[in-house]
Amino acid sequence: MIEFKDVNLVYPNGTQGLKNVNVKINDGEFVVIVGLSGAGKSTFIRSINRLVTPTSGSLLIDDEDILKFHGKDLRKLRTKTGMIFQNYNLVKRSNVLKNVLAGRLGHTGTLRSILNLYSKEDISLAYRSLQRVNIDEKIYNRADELSGGQQQRVSIARVLTQQPKYILADEPVASLDPPTSHQVMTYLRKVNKEDNITTIVNLHFIDMAMEYADRIIGMRAGEVVFDGPVSEVSERTFEEIYGRSIREDDMRGGANES
Amino acid sequence: MTKENSSLTPKKVPSIYPSRTKKQVTFIFLVILGIYLFSMYWTQREMVGGIGGALGNMYTVIEKFFPPNFAVLPALLDPMIQTIQMAIIATTVAAILTIPLAILSAQNVTTFKPIYYVTKTFLNLLRTIPDLVLAVIFVGLFGIGLFPGILALVIFSLGILAKLVGETIESVDMNPLEAMRASGGNPLQVIWYALVPQVLPQYTSLVLYVFEINIRASVVLGYVGAGGIGLILNQQLGFYNYPNAMAIIIVIFVVVIIIEYISNKLREALI
Repeated sequence: MIEFKDVNLVYPNGTQGLKNVNVKINDGEFVVIVGLSGAGKSTFIRSINRLVTPTSGSLLIDDEDILKFHGKDLRKLRTKTGMIFQNYNLVKRSNVLKNVLAGRLGHTGTLRSILNLYSKEDISLAYRSLQRVNIDEKIYNRADELSGGQQQRVSIARVLTQQPKYILADEPVASLDPPTSHQVMTYLRKVNKEDNITTIVNLHFIDMAMEYADRIIGMRAGEVVFDGPVSEVSERTFEEIYGRSIREDDMRGGANES
Repeated sequence: MTKENSSLTPKKVPSIYPSRTKKQVTFIFLVILGIYLFSMYWTQREMVGGIGGALGNMYTVIEKFFPPNFAVLPALLDPMIQTIQMAIIATTVAAILTIPLAILSAQNVTTFKPIYYVTKTFLNLLRTIPDLVLAVIFVGLFGIGLFPGILALVIFSLGILAKLVGETIESVDMNPLEAMRASGGNPLQVIWYALVPQVLPQYTSLVLYVFEINIRASVVLGYVGAGGIGLILNQQLGFYNYPNAMAIIIVIFVVVIIIEYISNKLREALI
């Protein structure tokens, strides 16, 4: 369970990233966070694995206040929270299998990981993760030989290999075309249901949020302005979150093509 | 029709650069031109004989060097190998010592500012000492031989290599590093998994490049007593044995060209 209690984050340049955020995310939920760019979606997600550190309030994950974590505690927290990025963030010159095995870093000793001494279980786990996202035939390809959608699937496999309790996805489809976007979201949704991994996804496409989310959190200027199950959401809700009327580029489209 | 044309070409066309930049660039250009003209005038006053005198001397000097005495070739083998060994050992040691220094002098990886500044300053200090001066000092400390030469080359090439590798590290894609950090990797794992693959080709290429420099530098270092073929060359010139010296110069020339060719091919294959 993730619980934000009066969380504020002010960046050194004075920008307020988060403003009095109070949110409780239950285990197994698939939450989509929507908002315009600069609304604080990334800051919200990156607070959970402490890539950024809120300046006040408390953030409880499994009843522990993670804002006090340092060094070893922090690495343990990050082992528990897998992350997917907009730009996939793979090591382009390394092969797919090595990229996926990097998901085991937090579970593996420094010396073993440097000498590539992964256990048989770890390697077969990495391979099974690749099979689950249907990219296992590419294990020895270099990451930069793959298309964007394939790279994002490899990064999902990396997160699966990490066996996290939470998956954080920061704009996972913003660099992809509509059919590939739906494919990636479908995989995320599948993993969420099959492994019961709590998943939090940042999106700015309204139609995709409606299609895949259990629950939608709307953000504007660092504040949570909407929080509710997807059944309560209408076009009107989005107009309130965005503070303007809905435009065509707020939609990803292509749902029937995938 | 004419009305349309006049709207296409407005009265005031902006120039590509702002006029202030233009004035600055013109000023700097004129100053540099002035320095050139002045130094040309000055050096001509020093060269009393003029260029004609130099050409006459060149003929007498070159005549003395020819024909080269290739009978000394077998005797040159050992010192030439010594010179190459000096370069190999020095480059290897420098390549290893570079790794921690380069990482600590890269601003994107070493976020703790004091360490970054200390390493950067240390590397800058290393680079201010010319290799010849280092060799003279070490020959004074350890006596004539290979060891002071190797030591001088290590320090000299460390200065270059650590700076170049450090700058390569500063230009890598930081996103994979963030991903490794987010999956719970410790700093060493982050460096090994996300940084090393990105800089390895450039690192190898730079090491080869420094190796080429070291081959040439080790010849010069022999001159001040740091062993190898330079030492022999200096002796032969000292005895006015110009045909022998010419043979040595040709050997050096050929060896340097062969080594540069090989390392160029290796680098092409890498990148």
